[in-house]
Parts: sequence; C-alpha cells; structure tokens
Amino acid sequence: MKDIDVTSDQLVAIGQLQNRYARCIDADRLEDWPDFFTDDGFYSVTSAENHRAGLPAGLIWLDGIGMIRDRVTALRDANIYERHAYRHILGQPYVDGRDEHGDTRVETSFFVVRITRDGQTDVFASGCYHDSLREVDGALKFARRVVVCDSSHIDTLLGLPL
Amino acid sequence: MRDVAERAGPLDDWEGGVNRVPYWVFSDEDVFRAEQEKLFRGSSWNYLCLEVEIPNPGDYVATHVGTTPVIVVRDFDGQIYSFENRCAHRGSLLALDDRGNARDFTCVYHAWRHSLQGDLVGVAFEEGMNGTGGMAEGFCKNNHGPRKLRVAELYGLVFGSFDEDIDDIEEYLGDEITGRVKRVLDGRDCVVLGRFTQILPNNWKLYVENTKDSYHASILHLFFTTFELNKLSMKGGILVSPDGGSHVSYSAIDREAEQSKAYQEEQLRSQSDYQLADMSLLENFKEFDDDITLQILSAFPNFVLQQIQNCIAVRQILPKGPDKTELKWTYIGFAGDTEAQQRIRLKLANLVGPAGYVSMEDGCIGGFVQRGIAGADDKEAVLEMGGTEFGNSGNRITEGSIRGFWNAYRERMQS
Repeated sequence: MKDIDVTSDQLVAIGQLQNRYARCIDADRLEDWPDFFTDDGFYSVTSAENHRAGLPAGLIWLDGIGMIRDRVTALRDANIYERHAYRHILGQPYVDGRDEHGDTRVETSFFVVRITRDGQTDVFASGCYHDSLREVDGALKFARRVVVCDSSHIDTLLGLPL
Repeated sequence: MRDVAERAGPLDDWEGGVNRVPYWVFSDEDVFRAEQEKLFRGSSWNYLCLEVEIPNPGDYVATHVGTTPVIVVRDFDGQIYSFENRCAHRGSLLALDDRGNARDFTCVYHAWRHSLQGDLVGVAFEEGMNGTGGMAEGFCKNNHGPRKLRVAELYGLVFGSFDEDIDDIEEYLGDEITGRVKRVLDGRDCVVLGRFTQILPNNWKLYVENTKDSYHASILHLFFTTFELNKLSMKGGILVSPDGGSHVSYSAIDREAEQSKAYQEEQLRSQSDYQLADMSLLENFKEFDDDITLQILSAFPNFVLQQIQNCIAVRQILPKGPDKTELKWTYIGFAGDTEAQQRIRLKLANLVGPAGYVSMEDGCIGGFVQRGIAGADDKEAVLEMGGTEFGNSGNRITEGSIRGFWNAYRERMQS
C-alpha cells in the first residue's frame, strides 16, 4: 500500500497542531480548546469496541462549536468533580488521505496519565485520534475528532476532554 | 468497634431499623462475601443482557451475577439459557469473549464440551486410547456441569437467578414497577447505541443507594435543576416494590404549576443562571403517552432502567470488591427511530455515562462517601428524610426507596 503524498511542511504543521492541542488541555487552558475546531466541528469520545461495531453513541458527543464550548463552561461552572489534570503523550501522526469533504484524515496514537488532587498518577486512557483536518483562514482545525479509547473502561469519570 | 469474633451472621451488629445504616456494610470483607452467597447467588433476579443482543441461535453474552461469571445464550430451540461460565472439569472460563456466537462451549484447557444449555456433553479421551487411560469407572457426564440459572424475559430484558424457587419476575417487582418497565420497552425492539463501563471507587451499595435517592438528584445535579429536567417541585413520586428492594422514581410535566420559589429560598447551587450556548443538547420528542419526563427504575439488587426525556439506558451494577464496582452502561434506541430521533438520543446521552453532565457527579460521589467513612465503623448514615419506613410516596423529598432497599437486603442477608 502506498502512502499518500504529503510534504514535510504539511507533516510539521499537523504535528504542531496535535501538540498545541495536547498542551492546551494539559496546561488547563480549556477556554482555548474549542478554538481547535471548525464552527461545524464534531468531537466525540468512544471505545475501540463501539467503534469497530459501528455503534454511534459516545461518552461525549458534541456536534458543532456551541456544544463544544458548552463542555468547557459545564466543567468550569456547572459540574462537580474532583480536581485533576492530564499529561498527553502523542505518537507520530499518520496521514491517511482525504475524506469525502476534502479534509485530511489523520490518525495519532495517544497515551494519557491522570494526576488527581491527592497526588496519584494513573494511566487513564490510551487510544487513537481519528481526525479530519481542514484549513480555515490559513490555520489547520479539526472538522472532526473522534477519540477512540482502546478500553471501554473509564475510571470514576471522564471530566476533562481527551 | 465491631468485634468480628462474636458475630454469628455478617449483619448481627446492625441493631437499628432501616433508617440507620452502619458504615461498615460498605467496607467489610465478610459482608461482601456473604452478599455473594445470599444475595447474588441467592434469592434475587439479576440482569443479564438485552434479548436483542442475542437474536440468533448460538449468540451469547458473557457477564456476571455478582462476582460469578455466567454465560447467557440462545439455543437452537429459540430459548435463552444461562449457566456459569466455568468448565465442569477444572473450573476454567468457557467463554473468553464478552459476546459472540458459538455452537457449543468447549473448554480450551482439556476440550471438555458443554451444550448451549450448559450440559456437559463431551470429555476428550473419555474412553482413553487403545483400551488404556480414560475417565474413572462410574464417571457420568450428567452429574457434572456448571450451575444453571433460571431465566426470565421481561419486555426485552433478560434476567437470571440461581434460585429455582424464586417468585416470577413480575411478582418479584410487583405490578406497579413491572408496569413501568412495560411503559418504556413494551412492543418495541431495542437497538444498542453504545456500551461503556464506569469503574466506581466505592462499594456497589453506595451506587444503588444513589440511584434510589430522589432527594439528591436536583441538589447535586445542576443540569437537572437549572434546565428543569428533574426538580422536587415538579409533579412526581416514588413507587416501591412490596419487599422494598425495587423502585421507580419519576417526575412529570406539571402543566398547571407555577414556577416554584422553593429552590431559590434554599439557595441551592443547582438552581443557577448557568446557560448553554447550544440548547439543542436538551431537545426531545414526544415518545410516551404520558407527561413523564424522567423515570429511574431499579430492580433489586443491581439493575437500573433509565428514561431521561428520550435518553434510555440500562445500567448493570457489578461488585468487584468491597470498594470497587463496575457500572456497565448500555445506551439504547429503538428500531424505527428516525435519523432525527436518534440524533436527539445521542445528544441527550451527553447527560449520562462516565462523562455525563449528570452522571459524572454520581461517579465521584460514591468515592467521596467511601473515603469519608474510613475509620467510622462505629458510625452510621441517617436516612430519615420522609420518615423511617418505606413505601410509595407522592413526593420525592424522601429516602423511602433507599430504606426499602435496606429492608430487602437485610431480609435476604439474615435468612
């Protein structure tokens, strides 16, 4: 199988986007998180088992920038949960071609540890981002980010986005 | 402190009524072991799976009754059978996947073969080879096999019990609660939309209490109160099964009621000015003939059927240890849902599950209790909202259905 042609500049831009996204969450700058998405952006978190079986529901299922922004305000102003933080470790993005909208399909492995208020560090999730990237006003954004977790088990709760 | 040596039964130190719950029931190893024997392997109906998950002969789901692994499978006669997921020979698991299709269950260890009804039907080299070896004289396959469960089907839900003499499930739940299962599921084919497992850092009974706790829902959960999904000032009530163990809590649109000032007066955090940018999250469609917007139903000991607007899910509560529980969510829709209706269900599902705007809070609250009660074996929880007994109630400012659970629990644990 032949990989699609992708320039090193494009690869660098995609890698930077992935890293900026992870830094944003890990540094608790959630207010900036929605800006990674296009206005019609879609974000969901599911499991590999559901993904394989084609089951549509997500742990989180956000369609459009409004719902994506609401996730942040809910975490900040509405929901009760214990303070925690993530550290994302990302793999190299794999560029998988273009989808039916002309967006670039990219898959990137991730590994997330969660640090809880009492100081404990746990492996929280591993999986793969299934992304569709689109250039908007010169900046790469997620038109679609489906977070496919390898396990369907979530310890206690999934508060912060992955 | 509890003196373990002087106890004959695991609950002997529980002297008061169901309005007081000693904290050690949530952490004691002996209690946990006794629950497995007396509740889960005793006189209770345990949720196994949805009928629609095993439509064809050979389709199976591997799950648990308490901590006991079980298989639930449809045989070629069209009937559903359930038996322990345990080889009759040396005890190995028979099914190694959570779901699948099988012609029989042959153990990978020594190839002992079990039928889809759980009978031992084949022993590798039973007669030995060339006249030597083989099973001892007098060994009879019919006398061996995993324990079987009695199976009941209720509007597309499959339950199992290790107690052959248990009441029929309709009688066990009582007419009112059976009617509320029917209300949600009757005459429709479920479609599974997704499955997720939430690992709770607490005793399983703390989560059961939480699902039965109609008092907390609009106080802890801002989404319920602020968006008028479920408030104590709405029309509603609770129904409790005759033994107390199963319940329904519901709220309904009160078309005549004025906006209640009660929440402002209590200065509750959950009555807030919080707003959503995209209110389509909470869109819904008319699905039922009544005005009930929310119905939480539990079947003793560990099953929940949830309707929050059009968000329907079943929850299976599986104990893994005194302070560890698996909460298995299955989100469902129905055959015949339009694309628009399914989108509404998928959006509303943001309220529930491990990441849900409502349910994430129930995911951590049990852990707060589990950690809070450490070192407090001589203390007890107070359950006196709405009185000291259990039974139906025309309002939900009550802990009546939690007291009912403890009644059913103590009856079985002390039997």
